[in-house]
Amino acid sequence: MILLVGSLQLGFLYAVMAMGIYISFRILNTPDLTVDGSFSLGMACAAVLTASGHPILALIATLFFGAIAGTATGLLQTKLLIHPILSGILVMTSLYTVNLAIMGGRSNLSVAGKATYFTMLKETFGGNMLMMTCFAIIPALLLLVIVPIFFKTHLGLAIRATGDNEEMVRASSINSNLTKCIGLAIANACVALSGGLISQYQMFSDVSSGSGMVIIGLASVIIGETLFGKRGVTIGIASAMIGSVIYRIIVAFALKIDLFPSYALKLISAVIVVIALSGPSVQQSYHQMKIRREVRRHAKREASTAYAETHECKQDL
Amino acid sequence: MLKLMNVNKTFNKGTINERNALDHIELHVNPGDFITIIGSNGAGKSTLFNAICGQFLVDSGQIILDQRNITAFSDHQRAFEIGRLMQDPMKGTAPNMTIEENLALAFTRKAKRGLFALNKSDRSKFREILSQLELGLEDRMKTKVGQLSGGQRQAVTLIMCTIAEPKLLLLDEHTAALDPETAQKILAITEKIIARDHLTAMMITHDIHAALKLGNRTIMMDDGQIILDIAGKDRSALTMDELLSFYSKERKKQLANDRMLFTS
Ligand SMILES: Nc1ncnc2c1ncn2[C@@H]1O[C@H](COP(=O)(O)OP(=O)(O)O)[C@@H](O)[C@H]1O
Ligand SMILES: [Mg+2]
Repeated sequence: MILLVGSLQLGFLYAVMAMGIYISFRILNTPDLTVDGSFSLGMACAAVLTASGHPILALIATLFFGAIAGTATGLLQTKLLIHPILSGILVMTSLYTVNLAIMGGRSNLSVAGKATYFTMLKETFGGNMLMMTCFAIIPALLLLVIVPIFFKTHLGLAIRATGDNEEMVRASSINSNLTKCIGLAIANACVALSGGLISQYQMFSDVSSGSGMVIIGLASVIIGETLFGKRGVTIGIASAMIGSVIYRIIVAFALKIDLFPSYALKLISAVIVVIALSGPSVQQSYHQMKIRREVRRHAKREASTAYAETHECKQDL
Repeated sequence: MLKLMNVNKTFNKGTINERNALDHIELHVNPGDFITIIGSNGAGKSTLFNAICGQFLVDSGQIILDQRNITAFSDHQRAFEIGRLMQDPMKGTAPNMTIEENLALAFTRKAKRGLFALNKSDRSKFREILSQLELGLEDRMKTKVGQLSGGQRQAVTLIMCTIAEPKLLLLDEHTAALDPETAQKILAITEKIIARDHLTAMMITHDIHAALKLGNRTIMMDDGQIILDIAGKDRSALTMDELLSFYSKERKKQLANDRMLFTS
């Protein structure tokens, strides 16, 4: 039970990141690798501000700094025409230094004993397991309301169209470079917020805990899509969030029954993504194999009937 | 309306692939003109449109649209007043978005924006416009554009290009990828919209018959130059055979010039 509740809480906190990944990978249709860096960035900012006694400001700041990181990647892509994947890697790598600088050169920072978003709510509403889960759900739920509404506004529509057909966006007199940057900014703001929440939840920030986040987020998105199909933006975001929760539950149970050691987590997420992405190609090669077998069988049958016919002819003679 | 003054564009300058795609282009388009453009493959017709739309900046010369010098504008800035339709029906629309979302995006370039991209009055306006196509699309406004046929997509794109009342409409062989019957239908719709909104339009076509029948003026391009520009009586008197023989004559003249260059 504790296990389930714990993974629910983590799942909803990471769901905010999964939403960010959904925005960049699915809506904007760009592979954004900034995520690993911006997650740690969120952790670092939140930890420093929480340590100095501003837990709520800390979370707001993560949104702001995450957006800056996303914009940086967007500018590299659109202004300097650097390949999207490389742009993300460049910013992610730079952020490693930035994150260390933010934490004053230390690679980790504890906020144990400080007031956080969670402790503040706990003091007011009480802190049983159910309440803690509610606290963890609130940010995800809030974003699940705001972000889909945003994607119905004119700007939101333009961002969606940019991922779908950039040429059409420009032909409609919209600066697609701008919409791309804004989209990446929003995506990374979500990721950083998730990092900030996690750092307050776990009471510490570590500069390397962002590594592999992009794969974990992608795994969540794919789990969601497998369960609910690829549909509109609202359902897409919701299913990515649910995917994140399910991912955490799977991981928790696999760890519990000692299916694999805890350091195997990232390999497992990578495998999930590989399996999910290989689906269509495996299906296709299976289909081709079936056709080939059918053709071969047919050829064999024809050969044998031809043989039989010639024999019959001989007998007639 | 549109003025191109001594516009030049050379691709791959200084390489073995150097190509003078626009060679001292002078063109004055009057308000309300419907110009058809013909010319062989590689003549520079699409490049002319690209130059007007801002796909690239021209090497020299000026482009003036309705008294505004747009020579240095970027493509999306120019798209505010210029609608463009390409040959490929896939290019003009976002396939994973619905018909009404596509239209909304094109429409709001000029229309006043509310909080949401789509509201009731927009929807009824789109319905009204779509119903004029007589393709039944007005009942499928929530269908994703990717599920439509090429002809239907091209019709939607045509609406997107004209819904914001552009000063100039550019059509680049926009029916060439469609089957003959659909092409005829789209062409008829195009004519109707141009007449209804009194649009200034330019249309590239391979169909010389259509080029002489439609519009009020015809331009022929060859090797980056405008080699013929006729309107009015001259144009209505011109037959297809005359046009073709004029074309081959021009071609020969040029070949002769080239030969002179090589021998001298
Ligand atoms: N972006 C480009 N880069 C290099 N060459 C180009 C480019 N666009 C067009 N060209 C060349 O310019 C010439 C004119 O092409 P185009 O305008 O497409 O001809 P068409 O009249 O058939 O539309 C062609 O030789 C083409 O190869
Ligand atoms: Mg062309």
